[in-house]
Amino acid sequence: MTSSTSAYWRGLRAALPFLLVVLPFGALFGVVATEAGLDLAQVMGFSIVVIAGAAQFTALQLMQEQAPAVIVLASALAVNLRMAMYAASLAPYLGHAPGWQRILIAYFNVDATYALSHLEYETRKPMTLREKVAYFMGTATVICLPWYVVTWVGAVLGQAIPPGIPIDFAIPIAFISFFAPALRTLAHVAAAAAAVILAISLQWVPHNLWILIAGAGGMMVGAEVERRGSRT
Amino acid sequence: MTGWDSATIWTVILLLGIGTFAIRWSFLGLLGNRDLPEWALRHLRYTAVAILPALITPRVLWPEATGGETDPARLTAALLALAVGYVSKSAIATIVTGMAALLALQAFGI
Repeated sequence: MTSSTSAYWRGLRAALPFLLVVLPFGALFGVVATEAGLDLAQVMGFSIVVIAGAAQFTALQLMQEQAPAVIVLASALAVNLRMAMYAASLAPYLGHAPGWQRILIAYFNVDATYALSHLEYETRKPMTLREKVAYFMGTATVICLPWYVVTWVGAVLGQAIPPGIPIDFAIPIAFISFFAPALRTLAHVAAAAAAVILAISLQWVPHNLWILIAGAGGMMVGAEVERRGSRT
Repeated sequence: MTGWDSATIWTVILLLGIGTFAIRWSFLGLLGNRDLPEWALRHLRYTAVAILPALITPRVLWPEATGGETDPARLTAALLALAVGYVSKSAIATIVTGMAALLALQAFGI
């Protein structure tokens, strides 16, 4: 086994526990999107073209609320802005990979593949560039490919959900499961609290623009709390 | 989906896909080995924990399923899910708690 093959398998194994999260989320998206009235091709289109759970749920919710398409796009993209940080922090390790590999890496650069790979690059030194790319692809194989399959399963099963199940509330609960475990520091809690307060007080702002304002406000509060905390 | 024709839905999917890819590729593909300034990183760290709670707050407080009336069952289920997610750091525990609590509360007629 070559060193990059073994790096691929190492990435694959490290990602396996994340299937516990990926599989239900993908299925849930399939179910909820189907319930919302998207056809199978559109549901799969979201999971294949966008391949970003939180942003997919964001777009879906805003479309249900009849927000303008521009707001749907801006809000869902704002949810994905954190991935610019992922790209920047992977660049020192993967920035010299061939262009086509960086395109694939970018496409598969989701929360779990990023977190696992970045941790590996920081803790296991030295790795060759080939090993780093192989490790990333190992994590992507486990985390991203099943995403398509379970979305499809959810979309097909979603048509069989009995009425009376409050599936409307699956979206808020899914969002809570995205951010509640991420509230690690005082700054994270402050950012979330500020965003919630802004969201409540800015409901009068037209075109759902309050989402972007509340989001930006929360980010600024989080950043400021972090800056003050690190100054001491 | 009511109010959305197929062409508009596909436009949203494609533009969202292109935009998301551009964000993911940005510093990796275009700018290569170049660091983001510290202030930018500091803000980006909080994008998810700011936008996601903001987005669902109205839906938790004034759910469409109850015609915009605050629903004690949904509000309680959301707060329980938040507490479990914060303490356990487990996404699955959060979802199971939230949905189970809502079903249980509704079963008890709350």
